[in-house]
Amino acid sequence: MTNRIQQLFAQKPEGLLSVYFTAGYPNLEDTVPIILELEKNGVDLIEIGMPFSDPLADGPTIQQSSQVALRNWMTIPKLFEQLQDIRRHTQIPLVLMGYLNPVMQYSVERFLQKASEIGIDGLILPDLPLSDYVREYKELFEKHQLSNIFLITPQTPEQRIREIDRHSNGFIYMVSSASVTGGTTERSVVNTAYFERVKALGLRNPGIIGFGIHNRDTFTQACNHASGAIIGSAFIKALAQEGSLQQNISTFIQSIKQEQIA
Amino acid sequence: MKYQVDDNGFYGRFGGAYVPEMLYPNVEELRQNYLKIMAEPDFQEELQVLLRDYVGRPTPLYFAKRLSEKYKTNIYLKREDLNHTGAHKINNTIGQILLAKRLGKTRIIAETGAGQHGVATATVCALMNLECIVYMGEVDIQRQAPNVARMKMLGATVVPATSGSRTLKDATNEAIRDWINNPEDTYYIIGSVVGPHPYPDMVARFQAVISEEMKAQLQEKTGSENPDYVVACVGGGSNAAGAFYHYLDTPEVKLVAVEAAGLGIDSGESAATSVLGKEGIIHGSRTLLMQTEDGQVTEPYSISAGLDYPGVGPLHAHLHQSGRAIFESITDEEALQAVLELTRLEGIIPALESAHALAAIGRLGAKPDEVVVINLSGRGDKDLSTYLDRFKFDDK
Repeated sequence: MTNRIQQLFAQKPEGLLSVYFTAGYPNLEDTVPIILELEKNGVDLIEIGMPFSDPLADGPTIQQSSQVALRNWMTIPKLFEQLQDIRRHTQIPLVLMGYLNPVMQYSVERFLQKASEIGIDGLILPDLPLSDYVREYKELFEKHQLSNIFLITPQTPEQRIREIDRHSNGFIYMVSSASVTGGTTERSVVNTAYFERVKALGLRNPGIIGFGIHNRDTFTQACNHASGAIIGSAFIKALAQEGSLQQNISTFIQSIKQEQIA
Repeated sequence: MKYQVDDNGFYGRFGGAYVPEMLYPNVEELRQNYLKIMAEPDFQEELQVLLRDYVGRPTPLYFAKRLSEKYKTNIYLKREDLNHTGAHKINNTIGQILLAKRLGKTRIIAETGAGQHGVATATVCALMNLECIVYMGEVDIQRQAPNVARMKMLGATVVPATSGSRTLKDATNEAIRDWINNPEDTYYIIGSVVGPHPYPDMVARFQAVISEEMKAQLQEKTGSENPDYVVACVGGGSNAAGAFYHYLDTPEVKLVAVEAAGLGIDSGESAATSVLGKEGIIHGSRTLLMQTEDGQVTEPYSISAGLDYPGVGPLHAHLHQSGRAIFESITDEEALQAVLELTRLEGIIPALESAHALAAIGRLGAKPDEVVVINLSGRGDKDLSTYLDRFKFDDK
């Protein structure tokens, strides 16, 4: 199978900018405008966060955006409704990211089918264990041409990284350091030994680095060690600035990308 | 039917370890080591000495004569309220801190709701000279000031959980996030039979001392180690897991789990997970969970801070689904009446949590020749301000 994620990595194997935002934040109907604006500003891949009341792996910024989104009545059915016609407007690879419980309540099978119909390319469900995925869901993901994206961390043993690589078919999300999302300590991106260790494994799937990437400097550093990097919390903070959505997105994305040109 | 955890960490269809990859190495390290360490003779010896000389075990099994007369059956109270720190919680924290030490951990974190588990953790950290950080919901910090003071006096750092609903579930989220941020030197002492495998099984094993003692004590007092009923309150369910543990595979012993109905099952202010919950995932475990149609976790309510957890341990979800345990729910008002009843009939002031178990006695239909054991999980000192406020003794 080839979906838009695999095509993207084939065409542009390095310097990829992936951006995460929480659906329903800052306003319920901002989902599609944010996607289109990100694409216009040259972002390569978009992760759409599905808000959850108890986001275990997330720091304060994404927690807070999730709470606002839930108060705005964002739900999975609502998100699917907003994205219904998204493929008429853009071909940018889209990944849905969220926690397992809301997906389970919607029904995993129905969820995969619906996501696939809309033209979603991949999923990140951090609390779906590898073993459960392989046993119960892998066939369904493949049937619906959806990439399931796994996380690895500096603590993940080599054998497990190889197993994750074997069951992945899009990219591997390399968590930069032991932390929840939104950390801004510099150690989060200078974990060179870990990145080089992963590189040396010669994995089938490309890697993108996330967690703690928050400005052009950290983005550039991450790109030196992997196919690209993911920015989440820093982008959500940018959305909260005064000014229009367009302005905020453009200012932030250009501040990240200019370094590459320079 | 098998009620113990299986090799994959499941109780029937409940349990497992639904954790993000960041937590996988921590949980895996524990999974690979907990049974091995717990079986080591020097671990067992250190544990047994502490349980006896420090915690005060075995706790008595007390025949409650006047309570028995009132209900026309034979009621025994398993006196977990007499443990050091005032509840069963310390059975688990003593066990886990010995485990943490053997794993070479130097920093201990815990979550707490009412503060009982926080106090029990701060206590064993003082004993073992280990750094202790307790996460507690901002709302609970205000409601449970005496326990916050006790933890601080014991040298623990109490960190307010300011996210979400700012209560127990959020304190648990914060503790888990801390563990993600500190994967190498930190050990997380979970206070109940909840969380990812192996926690539910490990905590149940440390609490199993309750039913182990109960069997020997019943044999001596009644001539049989099996009672007709074992009754315990359930929030996450650790005292119930301990009281049920050695009777799980003895079907003639009826197990009664008592949940908090709050203001009433249908009031919207309740914590009766077995009635109001649906299968879902919370804190790394597949279990029954109070949630919205969209899968967002809802905030439970009970007058008892130790019972207002939106989930329930996966063992209990399995006992409920399989019919092995009978589930009852008791309102705030019924629990308060049971507090006063035990106080006046037996001279024992129980914790609000334990009062839920006491309040279920009248529902059992126990016969005059039958034996009922109530697990009196904690004492009422911590609830005194609630009692004074509700009972208004000055006016009587």
